Amino acid sequence: MSAPVVQASGLSRVYEVGGGLFGKPQEIRALSEVSFAIPRGKTLAVVGESGCGKSTLARVVTMIEPPSAGSFAIDGTEVTPDRWDGLRDAVQIVFQDPYGSLNPRQRISAILGEPLKINRKGMSRADREAKVREVMGLVGLRPEFYDRYPHMFSGGQRQRIAVARALMLEPKVLVLDEPVSALDLSVQSQILNLLLELQDRLGLTYLFISHDLSVVRHVCDEIMVMYLGRAVETGTKDQVFDSPRHPYTLALLSATPVADPARRKERIKLTGELPSPLNIPSGCAFAARCWKARDRCRAERPELEGDGHKAACFFPEGG
Amino acid sequence: MALLSIRNLSVDFATAAGSFRAVDAMDVTVDPGEILAIVGESGSGKSVAMLALMGLLPWTATVTADEMSFDGQDLRAISPRTRRRIVGKDIAMIFQEPMSSLNPCFTVGFQIKEGLKKHLGLDARARQARALELMEMVGIPDPARRLNAYPHQMSGGMSQRVMIAMAIACRPRLLIADEPTTALDVTIQAQILDLLTDLQAETGMALILITHDMGVVAETARRVSVQYAGQKVEEQQVGPLFARPHHPYTSALLAALPERATTRILPTIPGVVPGQFDRPRGCLFAPRCAFADETCRTTPPPVQPPEIGRARCHYPLMQEGRG
Repeated sequence: MSAPVVQASGLSRVYEVGGGLFGKPQEIRALSEVSFAIPRGKTLAVVGESGCGKSTLARVVTMIEPPSAGSFAIDGTEVTPDRWDGLRDAVQIVFQDPYGSLNPRQRISAILGEPLKINRKGMSRADREAKVREVMGLVGLRPEFYDRYPHMFSGGQRQRIAVARALMLEPKVLVLDEPVSALDLSVQSQILNLLLELQDRLGLTYLFISHDLSVVRHVCDEIMVMYLGRAVETGTKDQVFDSPRHPYTLALLSATPVADPARRKERIKLTGELPSPLNIPSGCAFAARCWKARDRCRAERPELEGDGHKAACFFPEGG
Repeated sequence: MALLSIRNLSVDFATAAGSFRAVDAMDVTVDPGEILAIVGESGSGKSVAMLALMGLLPWTATVTADEMSFDGQDLRAISPRTRRRIVGKDIAMIFQEPMSSLNPCFTVGFQIKEGLKKHLGLDARARQARALELMEMVGIPDPARRLNAYPHQMSGGMSQRVMIAMAIACRPRLLIADEPTTALDVTIQAQILDLLTDLQAETGMALILITHDMGVVAETARRVSVQYAGQKVEEQQVGPLFARPHHPYTSALLAALPERATTRILPTIPGVVPGQFDRPRGCLFAPRCAFADETCRTTPPPVQPPEIGRARCHYPLMQEGRG
């Protein structure tokens, strides 16, 4: 197995909110001690509900924000804010909403050319145009779209433009933050196919963030389930989907609707909602909603344990 | 007798560039106590059709129908005032975005009680009691305190519960849920869907569920109607629809589900839904259909008999292959 392209250990991100002149600011622990490694050409999926820290993770990995603690390396180079400039080329991001992430006043040529203009200062205008047209071809955009504006495109086409923009600097890693959740089913499959084809052709490494487990199951190699800023279960796709160990993963799987009316399954009903990240319970964060919780769960926080297939639970499923 | 019966419903919007047909010759029938799902992608006219029924469309919309009756009463013939006595009381609707469909200026208690006052004429004490009862029914903890909360103080899941409480306040006989869980997380979605089906079973009301999520349809609905570009293209019971779709669109949509994938590359539907200016002459799905021929491109397709899922297709699919 090749060396991991992205290697993270103990990544945390804390935000301070409120405070004012004399008040003490409160801390929001959006991301706590997350570790993972993604080998070249593979996909790590991060799943969890809103507020679980998956978008914060995306922002840290794309070097939009520095981590509060922990470290990560891209292709063996340790990432620190003073090295951001040189490393940002290697990690690019595709956002969820293709309507919000493209500038309506820029032509497709300008949108796609901008990363080159900023990061490849020596590149001539003609070379830039050639590169833009090459990448447009790569993602299946027709050449005549070069001079058009984003409003002339449907959601799926716009997401292709967003993918093309992320590919302009020939990154090693793509962070995909819910890339298909704003799209219709028939278009969703087109974009998923595009992402898979690009991965095969360019050897890209994906950090795929999603809440849709059926999409995740289709695209990922490894999976990390997050709850309230922490990884609660990690493992390969088959391990996590076929024999989930953390009760939250089990609940998430059972809550996901399956498009098969013949399959009647017993749904695990979770009561309550995600606790506020402002006051994370001292024990297991999931204890308040867990049907297996005992006193120990509320007092102590379980660590992520296991060999390969890890879960952070004192009483995991299957022993 | 059917509770709701709509025949040949069309909705046209007057736009700057001419008229645009959002709903085209749609039929809907719902029996008392039934769960009907209407599935379709964005722009398929599923929400607009229901808004037309509720009378909530702006003045730019022209609604025409051969029949639109609720419980034997012709909705086209009655005055707006009479109609408002039905809408909100006997027919209620839940919208997609719970956060933006509640009024931020009033407490949720006020908003729940508003309908009770208008439609049922309850006095203050009875309204308070009924509001508490409703909040308990939809599973909101600590209802007495929550009645005085403003929408911004509640999470998305809680707001959607409040919306449901408002909708069922006057014991409607038909509840229309327009993408009730799209904005919510999966564990909360499961709670809300269970709540809706439980309420439906308890009260015996009919439920129309508008969604684009095939998983939600499979687990909740009994009968399914598939919409494409403003037309109903197929209608079947949920089991047969997933097992033997007759319209090529339904079949392609099901094949595009990642969970049904057998290969790494998913089957796709090429192209996009036709818009205002590129509406095909014949079958609306013909430009994207794998089976389309010259007839499909020039002649609008007939509606097949109920045994073939009322498929709007020249060549409906039979079993696995083509008919």
